[in-house]
Amino acid sequence: MPTLTAFMTDIDISARADALGTPLGLAQRGFSGLIRAIEVDGDHLGVSAAEIERRLLELGIVEGAAVEILHEGPVGRDPIAVRVNNTTIALRRREAMAILVA
Amino acid sequence: MTVTDINGWRFALVGTPNSGKTALFNALTGSRQKVANYAGVTVERKAGVLQTPSGRRIDLVDLPGTYSLRGRSPDEEIARDVILGRLASEAPPDFLLCVADATNLRVALRLVIELKRVQRPMLLVLNMIDIARRRGIEIDLDKLSAELGVPVVTSTAVRRGGIDDLLRRIDDVASQPTTTIAESTWTTPAIADLRAAQREADRVIKAAVGEPARPDTWTTRVDAVLLHPVAGMVALLLLLFVMFQAVFAWAKPAMDLIAAGFEMLGAMTVTVLPEGLLQSFIQNGVISGVGSVIVFLPQILILFLFILLLEDLGYMARAAFLMDRIMGGAGLHGRAFIPLLSSFACAIPGIMATRVIDNKRDRLTTIMVAPLMTCSARIPVYTLIISAFIPDRQVFGILGLQGLVMFGLYAIGIFSALAVSFVANHFFWRESATPPFMLELPDYKLPQLRSVLMNLYQRAMAFLKRAGTTIFSMMILIWFLASFPRPPLGATEPAIDFSLAAMIGHWIEPVLAPIGFNWQISVALIPGMAAREVAVASLGTVYAIEGGKEAAEQIGQVLAGKWSLATALALLAWYIFAPQCASTLAVIKRETGGWRWMIVTFLYMLALAYIAAFITYRIALALGWG
Repeated sequence: MPTLTAFMTDIDISARADALGTPLGLAQRGFSGLIRAIEVDGDHLGVSAAEIERRLLELGIVEGAAVEILHEGPVGRDPIAVRVNNTTIALRRREAMAILVA
Repeated sequence: MTVTDINGWRFALVGTPNSGKTALFNALTGSRQKVANYAGVTVERKAGVLQTPSGRRIDLVDLPGTYSLRGRSPDEEIARDVILGRLASEAPPDFLLCVADATNLRVALRLVIELKRVQRPMLLVLNMIDIARRRGIEIDLDKLSAELGVPVVTSTAVRRGGIDDLLRRIDDVASQPTTTIAESTWTTPAIADLRAAQREADRVIKAAVGEPARPDTWTTRVDAVLLHPVAGMVALLLLLFVMFQAVFAWAKPAMDLIAAGFEMLGAMTVTVLPEGLLQSFIQNGVISGVGSVIVFLPQILILFLFILLLEDLGYMARAAFLMDRIMGGAGLHGRAFIPLLSSFACAIPGIMATRVIDNKRDRLTTIMVAPLMTCSARIPVYTLIISAFIPDRQVFGILGLQGLVMFGLYAIGIFSALAVSFVANHFFWRESATPPFMLELPDYKLPQLRSVLMNLYQRAMAFLKRAGTTIFSMMILIWFLASFPRPPLGATEPAIDFSLAAMIGHWIEPVLAPIGFNWQISVALIPGMAAREVAVASLGTVYAIEGGKEAAEQIGQVLAGKWSLATALALLAWYIFAPQCASTLAVIKRETGGWRWMIVTFLYMLALAYIAAFITYRIALALGWG
């Protein structure tokens, strides 16, 4: 599966979204749901996909956790402030794309 | 730690950022240290001695906050290496105190699960238990301890008596003989390990913690305004504007008082001492020199008060959230906002605060632009020139023109910092590697008055010490340069025209003449290298010796008579950019590990300063302000 995701295109993302959930990075303020999967679709800005996944996990972003988008940044609705169970985490939409929610 | 009892116990405080670990460390050791809410503020190694109720003395190390032992930044590597006993300079701790925010257990418990693999004896300290209880979070301590396999104790670091239980438990531990510690089985956790550990932590929480249906509504409600896309930005700008107006308006009475005090001292020396070299030295060199710097203490204190309060409140991480995209456009990381904001007080703590940025390039860019933020040492220079040349007028009914010019100078500093980092990222780094912005937004907490005042006191002392040492010795040097050699008998020109200072000033004047600087300014810029504010005192000394006794007290009026508006504006422009601070350059060298980036910073700032002053001067001349 991880090797597959590296080759996925936008169409694949929507296919993946149907199966697991929608990316949190596309959700609006007020969205609330559960984390279904964390799948980083590639290296980003010099940081490896594995490292991004580790950092998300270290902040408590893990499958099964409840998420709610509390706030959006002033420019381009980015970054977003997300309530994950009892903690508030700020992150950019780019990284939030890896968090699949439903 | 410098003094270590060879047979004594060594404890280490471990915890995630925002766990209140530093506050607990202060409560345990009574040491003076900064307490803040921004993730990762504990950048330096802190150690102290704690005294248990039975009188045992235990060495305590406060490790940098960390989410895991992976060591993705220099700080986290230190935390890991100390815990694992990998540091040659430091014996491994006998006992770990793992601190967790009781209102936010998920991330902390995952760290506990990882720490268990190190195989060191450990105690889990649930800090801020009072806040957790008030919010209706019910924690079954026995169950939590049983599920985790780690003893648990509660504490409230910021309240009297809040750490009694913890101290008793530490005493119990220390009364046992030192057990042989099993070999660590810790390895860098793989992604699967992190996931498994977080799931295990969530399972433990489900078993032992009853959470209320509606968590902390207060922070949510405040954030609804302060993180609102429009209202939040307005609040941030308003806050910055109030900060800088306050620096001017609130400080005025205190500054007038200090100025009057030094004036009195100066007048006293005239009556006490006979006319001559000694009188000139005490009055012009010492009193007017040091006095003209100390007078800015109230402004510096007010600025630091704002920064300390915002840090302790938890607003700093919010400011990073609001500014991330705006700074990101310039190639800066949202986390750079805190170091850059601190640089408004002084670039030195700002540059040191860049240690929270784990990406090397981001950190380097932030370090290089930090000195462009208007630090408090520029305030004396700006204030002097503004009050002498900008009329004290109201514009739009409510805003003072002088305050507005000051605001403009700050704005240019901010803008140029962003521009320089944009250029650096797009032309020098090429593939800009801005790492992901992921940051915990801690719940708001009321600042502890005692800790804020303690920090403020330390800043005041640091400033006065600087005024008393570096600046004082520079003042003596400039007085000497301005006083010797003595004028020949019967000379009609002012004494300073014959001095060494005049020679040096005349020597570099041709270089600085195109930007409108006369030789007096050229002289003042040299000692100004020691610290920016020294330039004011130097001008005071130069003009006092030239113009007589009254001149030192009315330096602003003297300048208004001697300089054109174009020269004054050019000097303001120069000061926005000029690398006029030897200590900042020294810190850059230390933090970047070599001469290279220090020299790069020095040269680019010098070039910008010259260009800015040149353009300003020429435009002002064209407008007829010469």
